[in-house]
Amino acid sequence: MSATSPAVATAAGESPGRRALRRFLRHRLAVFGLVIVVAFILVAILAPVIAPYDPLQTSWSRIRRPPSWEFWMGTDENGRDVLSRVIWGARASLMAGVVSVLGALVIGVPLGLLAGLAGGWVDAIISRIADAMLSVPFLILAIALAAFLGPALENAMLAIAITASPVFVRLSRGMTLDAKSTDWIEASRALGNPPWRTAFVHVLPNIIPPLLVQATLAIAEAIIAEAALSFLGLGQQPPDPSWGSMLNSSQRFLTQAPWLSIFPGVTIMVVVLAFNLMGDGLRDALDPRSEKS
Amino acid sequence: MSQALLQLDEVVKRFPVRDTLGRRAGAVHAVDGVSLAVEEGETLAIVGESGCGKSTLGRLMLNLISPDSGTVRFGGEDLARLSAGALRARRRHMQLIFQDPFASLDPRMTVEQAVAEPLRLHGIVPRSQERARVADLLSRVGLRPELARRWPHEFSGGQRQRIAIARALASQPKLIVGDEPVSALDVSVQAQVVNLLSDLIRDLGLTFVLISHDLGVVRHVADRVAVMYLGRIVEQGPAEDVLTDPRHPYTRALLAAVPGHGTKAPPIEGDVPSPISPPPGCRFHTRCPFVEDRCRVTVPLLSAAPHAVACHLDGRLPPPAPRPGRLAGGERLRRLQSFFRAPSPQPGVPQ
Repeated sequence: MSATSPAVATAAGESPGRRALRRFLRHRLAVFGLVIVVAFILVAILAPVIAPYDPLQTSWSRIRRPPSWEFWMGTDENGRDVLSRVIWGARASLMAGVVSVLGALVIGVPLGLLAGLAGGWVDAIISRIADAMLSVPFLILAIALAAFLGPALENAMLAIAITASPVFVRLSRGMTLDAKSTDWIEASRALGNPPWRTAFVHVLPNIIPPLLVQATLAIAEAIIAEAALSFLGLGQQPPDPSWGSMLNSSQRFLTQAPWLSIFPGVTIMVVVLAFNLMGDGLRDALDPRSEKS
Repeated sequence: MSQALLQLDEVVKRFPVRDTLGRRAGAVHAVDGVSLAVEEGETLAIVGESGCGKSTLGRLMLNLISPDSGTVRFGGEDLARLSAGALRARRRHMQLIFQDPFASLDPRMTVEQAVAEPLRLHGIVPRSQERARVADLLSRVGLRPELARRWPHEFSGGQRQRIAIARALASQPKLIVGDEPVSALDVSVQAQVVNLLSDLIRDLGLTFVLISHDLGVVRHVADRVAVMYLGRIVEQGPAEDVLTDPRHPYTRALLAAVPGHGTKAPPIEGDVPSPISPPPGCRFHTRCPFVEDRCRVTVPLLSAAPHAVACHLDGRLPPPAPRPGRLAGGERLRRLQSFFRAPSPQPGVPQ
C-alpha cells in the first residue's frame, strides 16, 4: 500500500451550509435585514398579544385621529387603530409573501429539473410556456389571474405563486443544465443512479443556493404584489387588515389624514427592503466564486 | 483464451455538429469503427493525443453514451439491448474514474456519503455495516478513515482522486475504466496515485482500462496498449512490444515526443486534421513522414493479433532511431516513485 495522506489543514469537517452561514453572519446589512424580517415574523405571530386594540373594532368617536400617545399611528376613517391593523396586516402580507413563493417553488423547481434533465421536446414545451408567462409583466399577469380566480387572499396568493413560478422554472432549468455537464452528474449515472435519484440527490442540493437567493428576493416582490392586489381589492377582503388594502382605503384621505397611508406604506417599504438585503447577503454568502472564507 | 470481459465490435460514435440555425452541418467522427477485447484481469491502456476519441471510447465501453453502430458486450451481454433498469444493475460491475477529481465528486456530499452511495444503490452491505465498509475502502486507498466526515473541498487533488478510486472500488466492480486518472494531478502525486492503482490492480485482480496520453504511466501499469489516432486504433499489442518496438509511424512519433527521450526526434508536422472531415485513406497520411500514394486512398486494416498495426508500410518502415534502453518517462517516474514508496531511498538516487 502506498503512503498515507498528509494531514488536512482546513477547519475540521465544515459543511458547505455552515460555511455559508458563517459568511452570511459577517455581512452586516444582511444580518440587519434578517433581524427586521425575524422581528416582523414575531410581530405577525404575536399579533393577538401585542396589538393594543382590536383591529376590527370601529368607533364613531375617534375617526381619523392623528398619531398620539393613545394611538401611535392614529386611527382610520372607521375609528380603528392603525397600529393594530398594521400589526395584524403583517400576517396577511408575510403569509402572502412566504406562501406564494413556496407555491412558486413547488410549481417551478420540479418543472425546471424535469426540463433540464429530460431536454428535447419536454424542455421545449416547459420553457416556451415559462417564456410566454415571463413576457407578460409580473403584476399584470398576477392581477389578471387574481381577477379570474375571484377576490380573496387565498386566490391572490395562488395567482402570485403561479405568476412567480416561471422565474424558478428558468432558474432551476439553467442550473440543472449547468450541473448536468459536470462530471459528478455523469459519475452519478455511472454509479447506477436512476434519473430521479440523480435529480433529487445530486442536482437539487447543488442548485439550492441560487434558488434560496431568488426565493428571498421573490418574497419581497410577492409582498408588493399582494399589496398591489389588495390595493385593487383583489387580495385581503375588508374588514380584515392588510397593508395593501389599508393603502387602498387611505387614498381618499391623502391630504386630510396622511398617516393612514404613510404607516402601511413605510412598513411595506421596510419589510421589502429587509428581504432584499437578506437576499443580497445570501447571494454573497453562497456564491461559490467568492471562495475567500 | 477465455471469453473477453469486454468486447467492442466495429463501434462507431459520431456527434452531430449543427450550424447557427440548428441544422446538421456534419458530424465529429469521435470513434470510427473500433474493435477491442479486454480479457478478465488484464490492464489495457488506450493512448493517443487529445481529441482522438479516447474518452468517448471509455464512455462507450460503459454505455454512458450509446454507439451509433457496432456492439459493446460486457460479460457477453450487448449493453445497448439491456433495459434502463438492467443496465443500472450492471453498473455495479463497471465503474469509471474521472480525470478531474475536483469535478467528479458531488460538492454537497461528504466523503462517507460519496463512497457509501454505490454500496447503498446496489445493496452491497447492510446499512449497519456501511460505515465499517467505507472505512475499509478509505484505508485501502491510503486515506485515514477519520476523514470520512469531511467534505470534498477540504482535500487536495490527489486525496480527492483517492476518494474517487474508493468510490469506484466500493461496488466491487469487474471492470474499471480510468479516464486520464492522474493527468490532472501534480507530478509527485501522480506517482503516488499510479502506484496505488497498480497495487490495487495487482491485489484485487482488477480488469482495468487506462485511458492516458502519458506513456510513462502507461508503461508502468499496462499489459496491453492500443494506440488511437482520430477515432481509429492504429496499433495494438502487448505493452512491451508496442512501447519498445513500435510499428506504426504515429506510435513512433508519440514515443519520440516523450520528454527526456535522449535522441531528438523531429516532431510530427502539422496539427491533427479536423475530426469533422477526416482525411481519406490512412488518417495519419497528412502528417506521416513515410507517406506513399496508396496511403492517401486506401484505408489500412489492422493486421493480425497479438501485435496488430494498421499501416500499409508495415514491415517496410526504416528502423527507428536508436534509443536508450529504458523509456525516459518511465525512468523519471520510477525515480519519483522511489521517493514515495520505499522507506529508504534506493542507492544512487540524487537526494
